[in-house]
Amino acid sequence: MSADSTGAQPSRATDTSIDEKRRTRWGPVFWVAVVIVALFIIIAITADWIAPYDPYAQDLVASSQGPSAAHWLGTDQLGRDILSRLMVGSRTGIIGPAVVAICATVIGTLLGLWAGFSGGIADSVTMRSVDFAYAIPPLLLAIVLVGILGGGYWLAVAVLIVLSAPADVRVVRAAVLAQREMPYIAAARTLGLSQMRIAFKHILPNVAPTLAANALLQFVVALIALSGLAFLGIGVSAGTPDWGLMIAENRSILDLNPWAVIGPALCITILAVSVGLLGDRAFDVTTKRINER
Amino acid sequence: MTFAAYALRRVVAIVATIALLSLLVFALLALTPGDPAITLLGPQNATPEAVAAIRERYGLGDPFLVQYGNWAVAALQGDFGDSIRSSEPVMSVITSRLWTTVWLALYAFIITVVVAIPLGILAAVRRGSWIDRLASSITLIALCTPAFAIGFLLIYVFSVQLDWFPGFGNGDGFFDTIWHLTLPALALATLQIPILLRQTRAAVMDVVDRDYIVFARSRGLSRSRIWLRYVLRNGSLPVLTSAGLILAFSLAGAVLIENVFALQGLGSLLVSSVGTLDLPVVQALALLTAILVLVTNLVIDLLYYALDPRLRRAGAAA
Repeated sequence: MSADSTGAQPSRATDTSIDEKRRTRWGPVFWVAVVIVALFIIIAITADWIAPYDPYAQDLVASSQGPSAAHWLGTDQLGRDILSRLMVGSRTGIIGPAVVAICATVIGTLLGLWAGFSGGIADSVTMRSVDFAYAIPPLLLAIVLVGILGGGYWLAVAVLIVLSAPADVRVVRAAVLAQREMPYIAAARTLGLSQMRIAFKHILPNVAPTLAANALLQFVVALIALSGLAFLGIGVSAGTPDWGLMIAENRSILDLNPWAVIGPALCITILAVSVGLLGDRAFDVTTKRINER
Repeated sequence: MTFAAYALRRVVAIVATIALLSLLVFALLALTPGDPAITLLGPQNATPEAVAAIRERYGLGDPFLVQYGNWAVAALQGDFGDSIRSSEPVMSVITSRLWTTVWLALYAFIITVVVAIPLGILAAVRRGSWIDRLASSITLIALCTPAFAIGFLLIYVFSVQLDWFPGFGNGDGFFDTIWHLTLPALALATLQIPILLRQTRAAVMDVVDRDYIVFARSRGLSRSRIWLRYVLRNGSLPVLTSAGLILAFSLAGAVLIENVFALQGLGSLLVSSVGTLDLPVVQALALLTAILVLVTNLVIDLLYYALDPRLRRAGAAA
């Protein structure tokens, strides 16, 4: 997610002072992002206790109301409390994307190590499948597969894992290929160290920052894709307090209680931007490391 | 490797990819839970006679590969069967929805180019200035905001509150359509702008303090000549690459945005067809979309090769 990750070489001498300035300027913003992400996680864990209402409790007398002292963000068409539903909704908002990021990173790393070390047919088959997965827009594949098979939330998560892992496969494989011929790897091998040990002790530490940055980016992409699917009515079942689904269910009362739509939209955006900022920062750290080498 | 050999190799690879994809797309029918004959008929029309007739017509008793062969041969001729919902041929359902999506994409693309390229160049030239920081903040926020959230925000502000633009529907006639498509196109452009802006900024930054630019300046070439002949020409290559990414983003974005604004385009057709298990339409849309993405990327790569003399020379030497 770095502005420089796309092609420019930020290594020229004139850039460093400006980049340095920019980095310090981003400092407070970075900490705000950390606090926001931490808050969302705390809310997701404690939602059952801190939510003012039961997120499923209907109160048809108080339906589609704007913000009030009783309901800070108003109610939806069935009189359910928007604030409580937003709080509980942070669970599907965080768990699915986190599972995508973690599984994609682990699977992608293992596949990348395997392809890089074994080479030959295993390598080319892996890389061709990676190219194939790159050509497919994730959201479209998820709509078709999850919509037709009717697999729900976790099938959507699985599809996103498969389509997110290739980015890590590429990074790890490239690192293996770059390091494999280095004298110290040959030395390690002569000393009788196993490939596993070489991989985990010598190669992975080099790519760990890039993998971390990738994982944060994968979280953002998965959050946007899963909430998009929920918005289209694919994945989570009707009535579930989920941000994407809330937008779809409340779109008809946009004029009566805009918070029923704007609230979940803001939650998705704020969480995504905060995690994206952390990813940006992680990329800055990786490019800085490369420059210092 | 000559250009022709390179092009040929790429075309062969793409044809193979499309063949593999078509097999997967066809397999959707077999993957759908329930009897394929009943899926194709729709549950409400599934009388025993109709089921027998559809089995006969689609050869559902044949081995899978024979079925696939028949389907693929018909698909090559543009025949994807009949839509289950409307009983019309799939291709005429698709063409009736095509133009809304094309206009939306074109409108959004124009907004994207007009905003992103000047802003990207400005951000690169005034590196580290407030405008650069503003551009990178906008980029990050826009990249992390879902299309439908932007859509509803636009509807709330410009349709519900200000009442400047309609919040839903296609409109009739040229100007009415443009008026109706303005908010959706803005929402779609918001998705594309960060990609193009980022590429433009990086590309220009990469070129602008190269030695040959300094040299051109010292030879006394005019500013406009340096910009047009040196900076923009060299900077356009990486920007071209992002076109494929923008297309993929637009396709996914259009699905959500057409749903937000209740537009009758291909994206909303895909979602409603998935929802009603109208499989022939889903198969056709999935395959055509994949082909569109693959062919666009091929054209971009070939253009890249044709535009960049260094690549050609490297190819000739190898």
